[in-house]
Amino acid sequence: MSTDLMIKDLHISVQGKPIIKGLNLAVKQGEIHALMGPNGSGKSTLANGLMGHPLYDIDSGEVIFSGVDVLELEPNERAKLGLFLAFQYPTAIPGVSLANFLRLAVSAVRGKEGNGSSNDGLIPMREFRRELREKMKQLGVDDSFARRYLNDGFSGGEKKRAEILQLAMLEPKIAILDETDSGLDIDAIRVVGESVNQLIGPELGVLIITHYPRLLDYIRPQFVHILLDGRIVESGGWELTQMLEAEGYDPIREKYGIDEE
Amino acid sequence: MANSETNTIEELGVSNDYQYGFHDDVKPTFKSRKGLDEGVINQMCDIKGEPDWMRQYRLNAYQIFKQKPMTKWGGDLSQLDFDDIYYYVKASDQSERSWDDVPDDIKKTFDRLGIPEAERKFLAGVGAQYDSEVVYHNIVEELDKIGVVFLDTDTAIKEYPDLVKKYFGTIIPSADNQFAALNSAVWSGGSFVYVPPGVKVEYPLQAYFRINSENMGQFERTLIIADEGSQVHYVEGCTAPTFSSQSLHSAVVEIVCMKGSRVRYTTIQNWANNVYNLVTKRAFAYEDAQMEWVDGNLGSKLTMKYPSVYMMEPGARGDILSIAFASKGQHQDAGAKVYHCAPHTTSQITSKSISKDGGRSSYRGWVDVAKGAKGCKSHVVCDALILDKDSRSDTYPVIEIGENDTNIEHEARVSKIGEEQLFYLMSRGLSEEEASTMIVNGFIEPLVKELPMEYAVEMNRLIQLQMEGSVG
Ligand SMILES: Nc1ncnc2c1ncn2[C@@H]1O[C@H](COP(=O)(O)OP(=O)(O)O)[C@@H](O)[C@H]1O
Ligand SMILES: [Mg+2]
Repeated sequence: MSTDLMIKDLHISVQGKPIIKGLNLAVKQGEIHALMGPNGSGKSTLANGLMGHPLYDIDSGEVIFSGVDVLELEPNERAKLGLFLAFQYPTAIPGVSLANFLRLAVSAVRGKEGNGSSNDGLIPMREFRRELREKMKQLGVDDSFARRYLNDGFSGGEKKRAEILQLAMLEPKIAILDETDSGLDIDAIRVVGESVNQLIGPELGVLIITHYPRLLDYIRPQFVHILLDGRIVESGGWELTQMLEAEGYDPIREKYGIDEE
Repeated sequence: MANSETNTIEELGVSNDYQYGFHDDVKPTFKSRKGLDEGVINQMCDIKGEPDWMRQYRLNAYQIFKQKPMTKWGGDLSQLDFDDIYYYVKASDQSERSWDDVPDDIKKTFDRLGIPEAERKFLAGVGAQYDSEVVYHNIVEELDKIGVVFLDTDTAIKEYPDLVKKYFGTIIPSADNQFAALNSAVWSGGSFVYVPPGVKVEYPLQAYFRINSENMGQFERTLIIADEGSQVHYVEGCTAPTFSSQSLHSAVVEIVCMKGSRVRYTTIQNWANNVYNLVTKRAFAYEDAQMEWVDGNLGSKLTMKYPSVYMMEPGARGDILSIAFASKGQHQDAGAKVYHCAPHTTSQITSKSISKDGGRSSYRGWVDVAKGAKGCKSHVVCDALILDKDSRSDTYPVIEIGENDTNIEHEARVSKIGEEQLFYLMSRGLSEEEASTMIVNGFIEPLVKELPMEYAVEMNRLIQLQMEGSVG
């Protein structure tokens, strides 16, 4: 059975200020959606709210994932159900190596009953190393990455690649990529785009959040949505990105009578 | 002092509050009466059979101690009652206790901590049954061959009287501070190490190998002399909980680093939560010598400890790495002191503290550059991590510079355990407890990296124990 992410009339506010104002969206495993919107339209607010960030208050609405109402769940429980967020601004965790962190994360997400975990609940070191090396090779990530402290002193591009590596290791059912292209030059965008492409398949649904269509040259979405002022104002296909590419957000803003903030 | 307060300390001293503590049933063969006077000191000297110079040294220190007012800075010492302490307790040489008598929960704790068999037995006070006596003798033999002396200080006074007498109390005089005076009057046990010129001791010398002696007193006294060009790493105590029926631990550690020598002294302190841990540690480093203190404080009720390095001649270097973890009911007043007494000397202080569940940690540091000590460099980095809003962290840095031609840098950072960091890790499947433990372990990683392998492993486990159940 495919796993859906169903968002129904969702309202999210930050520090008392309503940001997401009645949003509806459904993403299925195997589908690729793009959510496009100008800066400040609430894209990250949606992403953080879906993942359960404590700062983002869910005022009303429903988020059903894998048939479960996830709004009551802690972020780690959502992760265990197969939800993943690639952060726009990944946080540094000094002193914690990417490999150590990933081993704990992978063990947590796959659960103790998972294949051949050792008695400390962690996936066996050798098995983990083999898998990590494999995935790093597949994504063209340098070996030294594993020993580096998580996001600490990483360049913008390195951070985004570390996010994609985590995505590859955690094997979620639905992944939200929050501006994985922002702050990257065109070569870096290509690398990240190609990496994501390698992971895409019938088991993975992706919601690509971006305000430029550039990343979408590498990852072709089947569905495109435009977010404006906390609501999806238009949904369609590839033609929407082309329109944005050509005209920007102004015509849309005008059409819906929304001022630039 | 109010009676109720006295009682509190006494009760704490033998209580089972401390989750790994247990009541010590070993019958002492001698126990001085409570409190301190010349009679107690004389009695102690008689029993130990000490030479007259040491008796005089002790009595003199006692006079100094009596005149010193109660220490007012640092932590709260108002509940410390000097009259309520046994200053000399000599345990039976023929300890009757066997490993089978050690309570199961203690054994389990050792298991959880992954403490080596030999060390556990030592900690549980079953030295008489100690399996590793052979190991110990091998080490002693090997050290003997290269001329290294490694004894408890009581024995050293008898076997190497001239060497001990030459240096004892020269680095930390009795009058240095109240607790140095007290230690000088009533000290027992501790280690004596002498490393001959050019000798490099390959493995860390660990106090728990000294099984045939008074092991870990309340007032131990350690003296390490590294002769020219020698090298040694001394590891004190261990990461396991240290059981104590008494509420005061006051040690003195003196180190002499002669020309071109290199000494590293590592401590991981995990006293029970009722203990006042008031320790004076100081090293003199001569020409091109290097002294490193690695000091971890996890246990105790109050720790006041500021390892120091006096750089006496050009080229000397002092490095101090300090870590403090203050949890509920704990105050870690830790830090470091460096004195640049000669030109072209270098120091580095790295302090990391963690405060949790209402605990308080303070960094107290002193950087001193003497007049005329040109071309000195000192770099101080203080990082504090506060885990919740009930907890507290302070820094008290003092910098005294008598010379313009110096390069002093001081950086201090306080961070709260970040909501963003927690969320990031939790979004990857980690529970809140796993996430905060990971953040804390990462925070102290620079220090743990410096520890011998088995200590690093224990340190991480200890942090995990400290963190367990911490998240409501
Ligand atoms: N952590 C936050 N703290 C305060 N305000 C926030 C926070 N996150 C988002 N906001 C507010 O929500 C609005 C939308 O921001 P965001 O969701 O980051 O937009 P986008 O990702 O589309 O650029 C902004 O006005 C911003 O001020
Ligand atoms: Mg954003």
